[in-house]
Amino acid sequence: MSDIHNPDAHISAGHPKSSPDQIRAGHPKSGPANGDVIIDCNLHELYYGQFKAVRDTHIPIRKNKITAFIGPSGCGKSTVLRCLNRMNDLVRGFRFDGHVHFQGRNIYDRSIDPVAVRRHIGMVFQQPNPFNMSIYNNVAFGLRLNGYKGSIAERVEQALRRAALWDEVKDKLKQNGLSLSGGQQQRLCIARAVATEPKVLLMDEPCSALDPIATRRIEELMTELKQRFTIAIVTHNLQQAQRVADETGFLYVDTTQGGRTGYLVEYGSSQQIFQDPREEPTKQYIRGEFS
Amino acid sequence: MSTVEEPVSARPPTAGEYAANGAFRWSCYGFGALVVVLLAYIVLEIFRLGWPAMQERGLAFVVGTVWDPNRNEFGILPEIWGTLYSSLLGILIGSVLGVAVAIFLAEGFVAAGVFWVLSRFGLQYTRLWSHFPEQVETFVKTLIQLLAAIPSVVYGLWGIFVVIPAIRPMCNWIHEGLSGIPFFSTALSGPGILPAAIVLAIMVLPIITSISYEALVAVPPKIREASFGLGATRWETILGVLLPTAAPGIFGAILLAFGRALGETMALAMLVGNSNTLSLSLFSPANTIAALLANNFGEAGDREVSLLMYAALVLLIITLVVNILGSLVLQKLVVKEGKR
Ligand SMILES: Nc1ncnc2c1ncn2[C@@H]1O[C@H](COP(=O)(O)OP(=O)(O)OP(=O)(O)O)[C@@H](O)[C@H]1O
Ligand SMILES: [Mg+2]
Repeated sequence: MSDIHNPDAHISAGHPKSSPDQIRAGHPKSGPANGDVIIDCNLHELYYGQFKAVRDTHIPIRKNKITAFIGPSGCGKSTVLRCLNRMNDLVRGFRFDGHVHFQGRNIYDRSIDPVAVRRHIGMVFQQPNPFNMSIYNNVAFGLRLNGYKGSIAERVEQALRRAALWDEVKDKLKQNGLSLSGGQQQRLCIARAVATEPKVLLMDEPCSALDPIATRRIEELMTELKQRFTIAIVTHNLQQAQRVADETGFLYVDTTQGGRTGYLVEYGSSQQIFQDPREEPTKQYIRGEFS
Repeated sequence: MSTVEEPVSARPPTAGEYAANGAFRWSCYGFGALVVVLLAYIVLEIFRLGWPAMQERGLAFVVGTVWDPNRNEFGILPEIWGTLYSSLLGILIGSVLGVAVAIFLAEGFVAAGVFWVLSRFGLQYTRLWSHFPEQVETFVKTLIQLLAAIPSVVYGLWGIFVVIPAIRPMCNWIHEGLSGIPFFSTALSGPGILPAAIVLAIMVLPIITSISYEALVAVPPKIREASFGLGATRWETILGVLLPTAAPGIFGAILLAFGRALGETMALAMLVGNSNTLSLSLFSPANTIAALLANNFGEAGDREVSLLMYAALVLLIITLVVNILGSLVLQKLVVKEGKR
């Protein structure tokens, strides 16, 4: 379990890790999370090496809700999202000031194993990235990692159905995942991520490679999935955020201090952000005056 | 933006350009053909010189186990066996070692370690030190490449004076305890299969490591991320995703190294024992075809030359068969990957 231990992540260096169960159990009293906030993300300053990528971003993600991150390219949406399941630990020189609480526990605590975190907080990436193996094995990969005891075939089918891919691939499950079209690959990745039933699903522009029909299907999937999971999604598609997200955070780039540092401008219910934005950058962005 | 009034600057190629183009093309064809002709010539010449021996001895030469000029008996089965045994064993050790080193380098463990050390001193972003992690990594890579630059006679000496004395006590201890097992049925008295294989493994290390490394770093980072994102540990990612994805390249590396090991001469002539023995024992002296050739061509008369050429042809065929089989497997691996 502790193999992932990454010497660069100062936060995790060389300490005994806790098992997934400990995270699952949670310690409601040890963190500020209250009520239905499942992930409380508070980034004060975040660096890639010397580069200050994000500052002052506090986003509470609510359970069984869809939270959208919007903002211009390069403002740090992916960065923030990747903080939520410690994917940034893989980047050498990544460090940040602040905390991310998951079910009341700081996932960057020294006692927490990032691998365990990622098993509870799954991710769909900006670009489709299926493994070089059969469609079936792609979806089964996570199940096997978790030592899933039930019928893997059933779960694979269920996941593929949920990702609106089953009908297209049910006759060729043995074929290589890379043989699918780009949009199909992305849905395969979504199936792979939901197969293990993580508590939270992070989706980084999951629909950017999809046609409108598939996009609609994925949106339906998200609304369906939020009964069971919590979803955080990054999107460039404002209509999509409006359609599916319960809450929306708008990030923008601050160039005043020399660098290009992203920060959270405004966060609130999607209705409020889109109908009645309070901050000037948000208003301009939503009116489409820059992107 | 060009306007209508500007003189037209496009023109068809001149006769001179056509001629240069043609000359270039034909010289490429020529050099390409030269390689093929050269290869064909070498094979033909070996065949021609070996022909008398082939006629005289036939297949008995290949399956015979005695090489005794006084009794006019010549067989190279022990050499064939020794060639395959020592190369396979060397490749086995070399692959495990080489792929492990390739993983170690491709995963950036070296750079990450140096970075960590630097960060203890707060130096990791300073002008002078910020590139140090990559520099150390490049240095280590170069060191491994340098293994290929060591002459094989040096490897041979190193094997005789370092490897054999170093492993002999342990080998003999194993032999005493487990002499019932055929692999350990003889004692290691000096040169033998195992020291030869160990040195071979180190000799093929640069090939295996550098090509496997290229194959591993060619795996798109997003695939790595996908695996980590699902909650795989680093080893689950390496074994479950990275190695299978890089498998064709790694297999190609091993194949290339195998060819190299089959033909390696000097180090083996010094280390394998040059004894016409056919034994499963790792500690027994043996012989290889290449070493046989190197050791015998000096005092060879016409008849021996013909015999040696016959043996060379056998080595050539072994190498060819290994390469063809390997290419077939490789093709299968690649096709599987690219299949739509
Ligand atoms: N691994 C990394 N190393 C160094 N800098 C990075 C890394 N990843 C992102 N950055 C930088 O951090 C900033 C934010 O990047 P990020 O990918 O989070 O933007 P984004 O909002 O997702 O943009 P887009 O909408 O184009 O995907 C950018 O300036 C980028 O150059
Ligand atoms: Mg992004």
